[in-house]
Amino acid sequence: MSTSTEQHEHEHGMTDAGYIKIAIILAAITALEVSTYYVDFGPLFMPSLMIMMVVKFVMVVSYFMHLKFDSKIFTFLFYTGLGLALFVYITALATFKFFIS
Amino acid sequence: MAETATHTADHASEHGHETSTGLTNNKLAMWLFLGSECLLFGGLISTYMLYRGRVSDGPHPMAIFDIPFTSISSFVLLMSSLTMVLAVSSAQRGDDSRTNLWLTITAVLGATFVGGQVYEFTAFIREGLGFSTSLFGSSFYTLTGFHGIHVSVGVLMLLSTVGIIRKNKITGTKAEVVELVGLYWHFVDVVWIIIFTLVYLIPS
Repeated sequence: MSTSTEQHEHEHGMTDAGYIKIAIILAAITALEVSTYYVDFGPLFMPSLMIMMVVKFVMVVSYFMHLKFDSKIFTFLFYTGLGLALFVYITALATFKFFIS
Repeated sequence: MAETATHTADHASEHGHETSTGLTNNKLAMWLFLGSECLLFGGLISTYMLYRGRVSDGPHPMAIFDIPFTSISSFVLLMSSLTMVLAVSSAQRGDDSRTNLWLTITAVLGATFVGGQVYEFTAFIREGLGFSTSLFGSSFYTLTGFHGIHVSVGVLMLLSTVGIIRKNKITGTKAEVVELVGLYWHFVDVVWIIIFTLVYLIPS
């Protein structure tokens, strides 16, 4: 049984216990995120929320979606889409900022 | 490098396909699809961020958002990602009964999230925020509605997968089919991670 689990871990990156640990960390970060709504974080409010959002995103994509352990081609395909989406947002934001009176 | 290539080729052959990249076409197609979905949600999130402050009529976002309720919904969806990854893990071990159990739990959690969203929309409409009340209302319902539709499609995919595993009618590798459904499910979760922060937690 343990040999089978070890082989599974080697092939697919993590054990079930590892996934549960990641989920606990994600739940803790979510609780911290929600706390920013009630507690005044001052100038750290926006940066801390952005950092927590990115950390959660990367953790789910890397561990639950196995991108960390899978082929780099998948990483390239996904992050290219994400990069283009960010480009769309920045372009739209810039358009509204500069061309609307 | 050669070792990695051999491992990738072994991985592909394990899933029953021989391709020039050493990767299965189904998985490659799913990642391409998810990359294109990033653009769809990127456009919707951009539109919301640009129009979030445009409240000409109707209630202001911060006056109607119920943060404790949405936080619980977010937690439910986040935990569904854990049950989904446990389903994938069970499928890769060839444990059909546990795979079906985790898939069913994931579907129930997903349906709970969608139910919460329907309740939230109903409450907002009752408080005077219709689809065409303001630019904020239109962009909010479009963004969160599209996400809700994605979750609903995911629930149908999960239940269908449970059905075809039970009837043993899967064409191809069982573990790969569950993994592909899992990739879609995790994607709707990561999209919600962004929506929850940008739409609900950051005041407009």
